[in-house]
Amino acid sequence: MEDNSQQQDTSTVKPPVTSVGAIGWVRTNLFNGPFNSLLTLGVLYLLWISVPPFVRWAFVDSVWMTDYMACRNIDGACWSVIPANLRFIIFGFYPHDLQWRPLLAMIILVVMLFYSQDRKRWKKSLLYLWGVALVIMGLLMKGGVPGLTPVESSQWGGLPLTLLLSVFGLASAYPVGIILALGRQSKMPVIKSLCVVYIELIRGVPLISLLFMSSVVFPLFLPEGVTVNAILRAQVAIIMFTAAYIAEVVRGGLQGMNKGQYEAADALGLNYFQTMRLIILPQALKIVIPPSVSILISAFKDTSLVVIIALYDLLKTTQSTLSDPKWMGFSAEAYIFVALIYFVCCFFMSNYSRRLEQELNTDL
Amino acid sequence: MNENTQTANIEVEQNSDIIQITDMHKWYGDFHVLKNITLQVKKQERIVICGPSGSGKSTLIRCINRLEEHQKGKIVVDGIELTNDLKNIEKIRAEVGMVFQHFNLFPHLTILDNLTLGPIWVRKTPRAEAEDTAMYYLEKVRIAEQAKKYPGQLSGGQQQRVAIARSLCMKPNVMLFDEPTSALDPEMVKEVLDVMISLANDGMTMIVVSHEMGFARSVAHRVLFMDYGEIVEGNTPQAFFDNPQHDRTKLFLSQILD
Repeated sequence: MEDNSQQQDTSTVKPPVTSVGAIGWVRTNLFNGPFNSLLTLGVLYLLWISVPPFVRWAFVDSVWMTDYMACRNIDGACWSVIPANLRFIIFGFYPHDLQWRPLLAMIILVVMLFYSQDRKRWKKSLLYLWGVALVIMGLLMKGGVPGLTPVESSQWGGLPLTLLLSVFGLASAYPVGIILALGRQSKMPVIKSLCVVYIELIRGVPLISLLFMSSVVFPLFLPEGVTVNAILRAQVAIIMFTAAYIAEVVRGGLQGMNKGQYEAADALGLNYFQTMRLIILPQALKIVIPPSVSILISAFKDTSLVVIIALYDLLKTTQSTLSDPKWMGFSAEAYIFVALIYFVCCFFMSNYSRRLEQELNTDL
Repeated sequence: MNENTQTANIEVEQNSDIIQITDMHKWYGDFHVLKNITLQVKKQERIVICGPSGSGKSTLIRCINRLEEHQKGKIVVDGIELTNDLKNIEKIRAEVGMVFQHFNLFPHLTILDNLTLGPIWVRKTPRAEAEDTAMYYLEKVRIAEQAKKYPGQLSGGQQQRVAIARSLCMKPNVMLFDEPTSALDPEMVKEVLDVMISLANDGMTMIVVSHEMGFARSVAHRVLFMDYGEIVEGNTPQAFFDNPQHDRTKLFLSQILD
C-alpha cells in the first residue's frame, strides 16, 4: 500500500513553479543574469518611449477617410492620402474607366500563384493553365480585341507593372540562371567561358546601369524605325541581371553534390540531361532554396529601380501622388502603405520557401 | 571469306567471354594506375579482386563501365568495344550493373522510385511494369516493406541491398561490386553478403572488389590479387589461398587473414 502511494506521489510531482510557465519563461529568457536583466530593462525602456507615440500617431490621432483640408489641422497620421489616391497609386495612368481590367488581371495572377503552391498540382496541365492565364492577362492589360479598348503599354503603371516585372522577371530568370550554372560547369571550353564571362560581366555592373543601357544604349543599335517596348527592355534587363546571381547560387548547390550521385546515375546508363533533370538538379536546387529566395526577394524589391527609366511602378506612382500640392507632406503615410505591400509579397515568398523546404526534406 | 571467319570468331568469343580486357593501361596524369591489364571474364563467372588499398582494383572495375577512362589497350563488354562513343558507353552501362561502397542511392526519391528510374528512363519500360519488377527485386533482397520510404530512413545494410536491387532492375548481364561491404557496420555485412550469394546462385556474372575472404573462398571461381596497378596472380580460391605463388600475395594474405 505504502509503495503504491509513494509511486503515485513521484509520478505526480511537478517541477517547481519558478521553472515552468510564464514566470519560468521570463526568468530563463529575460532575467538570467545581471547583464541580461540590464539589457531587458533597456529594451523595455526603448519600447516605452517609441511604441506609444507611434500608436498615438498612427491610430489614435489619425484620420482615415477625410479630404486633404481636414489633414492640415491634426497631429496624427493622415491615412486619407491613401484612399483618396488609391486608384492612381495602384494603377498609375491606366485609363480610369478601364481599371477593372488590370484589377482582374492581378486577381487572376494571385489566384494562379496560390493555386500553383501545392506541389501535387505541378503537372503539365498546370503549365497549360498558366499559358491560358497569361494570354487572358495580356489581353486584359493590352486590349485590342473586340470589346476591349486598346491601352498602350506606356500607360501601364503601379502595382500591375511591379507585379509584371517581378513575377515574369523572376520566373524567367530562374531557368536562365540554371542553364548558366550548368554551362559554367560544362566540360566544353567555349560554353564554359561564355557563361563565366556573362556571369562575371553582369555581376560586375549595377542593375541601374543595365537599365540605363537597355533604355539608352540598346535603341541606338536598332535600325531606324524599329522600337522595342520600354517595359520589355526593362524586363529583359531584370531577367539578365537576376539570372547571373541565380546562376552562382545554383552553382554552389551543384558543387555541393556528392560525386557518387553522378556516378550512380552514370552507372544506370542515364544520359547527361536525364542525370541533371532527375538526379542532380532536384537535390541541388533543394539545397539552395534559402539563398535563391534571398535573391528573388531582393530582385523583387529592385524592380522599383525602373523609375530611373521613367516607368511608373508602384513606388513611382506613390511618389507622384506626393508631389500633388494637396497631399504634399504626407509621405510617411504613403510610404508606409507601399512598404506594407512590398512586405506582404516578400513575406509570402519567404514563408512559402520555408514550407517547400520542409516538404522536400526526405531525411528521417 | 576472311570477314566471315572474323565474325564467326567474334560470335564464339561472345558466347564465352562477356568481358575482354587486353593490354589495358591507365594513367592519372603521370601516375601509372593500371599496368598492362589483361583479363577475360566468362559468362556466369564470379571473380573476386583483392589487394592493398591504392592497388587499382576499384579503378579496374570502374574502367569496365567507363566511370574511368583507360588510355591504352582494349576493353570489350558484351561484344561492344568501349571507346569515346557516348552511345556505346550508355549501352554498356545499361548492361552492366554497379554497386558502390557508399551505396549512392538517390536520397530525394523513394526506394521504389530509385529502382524504377533506370528502367523507365533508360529502358523505356512502362511505369507499371517497372514497378512490378522493382517489387520483385525488393522481395528478393527482403526489403519490400520499405518501398515507400526514403533512403535516409534505412540502415546501411538495407541501403546497400536496395542499391543491389536497383542494379538488378536493369536486368544487367554483369554486376560489378566496388567494396560493397566496406562502409557497413559489422553486423550488417552478412545481410548484404547473403544477397550477393543468392545472386551468385542465380548464375549472375559478378566481379567483386572485396576483402571478404570468406565470401571469396565460397563463391568465387577465381580470385585475383592486384598490387601497384598489376594483376599479380589469379587462381581458383583454393589454390589462391592455400598455395599463393608470389611473395606479395603471401604477404598480403598473411596481413589480412591474421
